[in-house]
Amino acid sequence: MPVFFTQRQIVAPGDLLAEGNYSLGSNVYAIENRIYSSVLGLAEIKDGRVISVIPLKGCYIPRVNDIVIGKIIDVGIASWLVDINSPYTGYLQVSDALSKPVDITKIQLRKFLDIGDIIVAKVTAFDLTRDPQLTIKESRLGKVEKGSLVEISPVKVPRVIGKKGSMISMLEKELGCEIIVGQNGRILVTSRNKARELFAVRLIKIIEREAHISGLTDRIKSMIIKAKKEGVI
Amino acid sequence: MRSLAKSEEIIPVIKKRTIEALLEKGTRIDGRKLDEYREISVKFNVIEKAEGSAIVNIGNTMVIAGVKCVLGMPFSDTPDEGVLIVNTELIPLASPTFEPGPPGEDDIEIARVVDRGLRSTKAVDLRKLCIIQGRRVWALYIDIYALNHDGNLMDASGLAAYCALLCAKISKVSTENESIKILEEKEPLPVQHQAIPVTFAKIGDKIVVDPCYEEELIMDARLTLSFNEEGQICAIQKGGRGVFTLDEIMYCAELGRKISQDIAESIKRQLENIQ
Amino acid sequence: MKGKICLLNEEGLRIDGRKLDQLRPIKIEVGVLKNADGSAYIEQGKNKIMVAVYGPRELHPRHQALPDRAVLRCRYHMAPFSVPERKSPAPSRREVELSKVIRQALEPALFLEMFPRTSIDVFIEVLQADGGTRCASITAAAVALADAGIPMRDLVAAVAVGKIEGKIALDLNHLEDQYGEADIPVAMMPGLDQITLLQADGLITLDELKEALKLAKNGIMQIYKLQKEALKSKYLESGEELG
Repeated sequence: MPVFFTQRQIVAPGDLLAEGNYSLGSNVYAIENRIYSSVLGLAEIKDGRVISVIPLKGCYIPRVNDIVIGKIIDVGIASWLVDINSPYTGYLQVSDALSKPVDITKIQLRKFLDIGDIIVAKVTAFDLTRDPQLTIKESRLGKVEKGSLVEISPVKVPRVIGKKGSMISMLEKELGCEIIVGQNGRILVTSRNKARELFAVRLIKIIEREAHISGLTDRIKSMIIKAKKEGVI
Repeated sequence: MRSLAKSEEIIPVIKKRTIEALLEKGTRIDGRKLDEYREISVKFNVIEKAEGSAIVNIGNTMVIAGVKCVLGMPFSDTPDEGVLIVNTELIPLASPTFEPGPPGEDDIEIARVVDRGLRSTKAVDLRKLCIIQGRRVWALYIDIYALNHDGNLMDASGLAAYCALLCAKISKVSTENESIKILEEKEPLPVQHQAIPVTFAKIGDKIVVDPCYEEELIMDARLTLSFNEEGQICAIQKGGRGVFTLDEIMYCAELGRKISQDIAESIKRQLENIQ
Repeated sequence: MKGKICLLNEEGLRIDGRKLDQLRPIKIEVGVLKNADGSAYIEQGKNKIMVAVYGPRELHPRHQALPDRAVLRCRYHMAPFSVPERKSPAPSRREVELSKVIRQALEPALFLEMFPRTSIDVFIEVLQADGGTRCASITAAAVALADAGIPMRDLVAAVAVGKIEGKIALDLNHLEDQYGEADIPVAMMPGLDQITLLQADGLITLDELKEALKLAKNGIMQIYKLQKEALKSKYLESGEELG
């Protein structure tokens, strides 16, 4: 059962990755027992069985239970339209935003969320026949009042989070900040120390650019140590 | 940007499955065999005010073409040649899926493929349409209008244009004293070569000739080949969202050549009947 | 005017010195336009063509969206200064037809079902034209689509073959297209051996068609290799610049 690539080799759409009894991971497709890459990216095989390609670029397609950071783009009678950095616009109903029932004839929705406001939300429903439904009623969700927002390519999110959240935990610990990662490529960094908050934003952009180069976590850590030593942050 | 109205009618999955199942058994939704063309009937000279005209019926598909000859200027790079202009319109009366408006990509595609066939085969020797070199030539306008759409407007259009040319009569012209006088007397347009299109549709892995309307809605890809009287190809156009293999293309070319000869015979007979 | 230009000399070489089965020099650059989701620039002989891809993105007007897949829209346009005699900027009938055939040449390669109710827009601008622009456009568009991260079954590569002075030739330039006996644009998904575009004008026999298609495949395989190199080297670049 041959595999035609080395781990993390760059592959292009149409490249034949393997032939035989393998499992299909992400960004690959099969014709009979031949597995091909469908995107430009790094090919990987996990557990000797699952073949995937980590894409260089891609758009965000919502999944139920994803945490996303959205921007209000329109206010309706009983709902808001939310830009979630996806070809699909998010939909937030009043009942998913406010804990107490409201009389929509008496209250102005704009008082709660206006156009331009940023929210941390969760995807509650999405299938390809209708727009994704959001909620902000759970804890840790809601309108964003402070912090710095950075946008990265959605396909790089797993790298920013790191294995079992290792990269994020390391950043939060070393820089004393809170980082909320939206699966849609938007990341919110909050810290009492503004210099560290902005430094974290810079680091996240570096992580995005170098996502495919190994030894990243160590490099980032040493950059933090160096900056601390120099008194920059 | 293109409008989706015309060709994106959504066909129920069940209908598609029925058609595919029938194809597996070697037959089509209208009872034809896969390599069987519908009956073609041609009416020549249906519009007396046009220099030439024809209505072609392929099954229920109906298309009319008219030839008008207009005095005009030649193109600067061909001062001794007449001009050929083909225009096609898929007008709303032909189908509930056609919308009024200027020619869209489908109208334009058909016109250009028909034009390509006629031009490549030199159906009309354009040099014979020259009256005064560099100044006055005949411009041949072929206008093709769909009247009823039941599939394969491409072939119906190409045939209608060719048949309209076959029966066209053009006024004689005298060029005494540098002035052009159009005479009463007419002579047949010099049509010297044939351009007959044959269109195939690919549905799954089956290839059928002369797709009817429903077959066109579900087909994956379309291939049109135009042939001259010697069986040479004078135009090819692949259409649709699907693909062909090299073998499939050669299959269509071989079968198309044979069918074009049958169609040419049929047209010849029908033309002789009226003369 | 035909026959006044000699397209093949006694040694069987073409006006630009090429052999019958030789491609023009090709250069492909990836990701040249920063606003677009994907982009590519191609030079093939004297052709210079820029392609931008936007999408998948929300489709406006909404009623044009399809419930089960993305809509692929394609606009092929020639700049007024791309040809010797200035071309009017308004879309010509030729540009309308080419926009359609190019779209249909690319569509089989894309997994459109993955993005229902969206649009994927391909914008092609021919900056300088010298024959075979629709094929070069398809080649660049496929690279731009891959650059945008849109899932594809395979890249699409294209080249025009034709007949000049009775011989089948690869990658016709403008003069050869104008004064030759046949012009046959071909596009394929080379890895799957499937033809996505085929047109012809001029006169050819069935045997000549077969020979032409074989020669086209040959040229297409070479172009396919260049596409992959261009895409992969862009990836390496984005790593290397940071050491």
